[in-house]
Amino acid sequence: MKTSFDHNTHRRDSLKQIVCVAGLLTGLGYSSLAEAAYNKAAFDSKSVNEAIKFQGAGNISESKDVLLNAPDYSENGAAVALSVSTALAGVRKILILVEKNPASLAASFEVSDSIEANFSTRIKMSQTSDVYAVAVMADGRALFSKKEVKVTVGSCGS
Amino acid sequence: MAEPTRIRAQAQAGKTTVRVLMSHEMESGHRKDGSGKTVPSWFIQEVTISLNGKVILDIDFGPSVSKNPYLQFVIKGGKAGDKLSLSWKDNKGQTRTDEASVT
Repeated sequence: MKTSFDHNTHRRDSLKQIVCVAGLLTGLGYSSLAEAAYNKAAFDSKSVNEAIKFQGAGNISESKDVLLNAPDYSENGAAVALSVSTALAGVRKILILVEKNPASLAASFEVSDSIEANFSTRIKMSQTSDVYAVAVMADGRALFSKKEVKVTVGSCGS
Repeated sequence: MAEPTRIRAQAQAGKTTVRVLMSHEMESGHRKDGSGKTVPSWFIQEVTISLNGKVILDIDFGPSVSKNPYLQFVIKGGKAGDKLSLSWKDNKGQTRTDEASVT
């Protein structure tokens, strides 16, 4: 009898979880369902502009409100430490792009209400290049800041 | 099989700072091996982070993220004992999920 009770509880919990996930998906609507899939087109893009467009943003402009922290020089292109942050409200995504890498887009972070738009990571750079931090806003604007990072030893292809 | 992801999540002053070190080759597909053959690309594409079972962050990586990807982000709220879970999936379809508690 005990066993059957446990089993039922467990099943109810699973059901609850399913309903919860379904609710989440409906709640977030388009942004969650359509973008949960890997955006191959954006990651295959050869240029910064193209990659941003494939993320669904037009109207690209430079902004002082997007902060990109990157080194002036990197001795090793295999690991360049970057951090990107913005205090702007209504950020949908944060993108990190490297202009002269074979594929520009390095990473894309989908910001939810429970996450601050503040990320650090490490990327590879094939050569000296401008690095872009882009905040894609809910209204479709893309705000960026950029910084040149000089690489003395490249990563890709070497 | 891939090594476990190292996750450290610390709650302080109403925020939780999370540092993550994933274990992955992150092969770009542009590198050549000793005999001049191109090494096929092999990299993490999707990273999903959940707090107490609710997805809070979706990240997509391209091949230009460094080997053994490092990640730092800040969760609004969160408290000691909360369960943080991180899953990744690479372009060969391999996946891995690791969990950690907020301290």
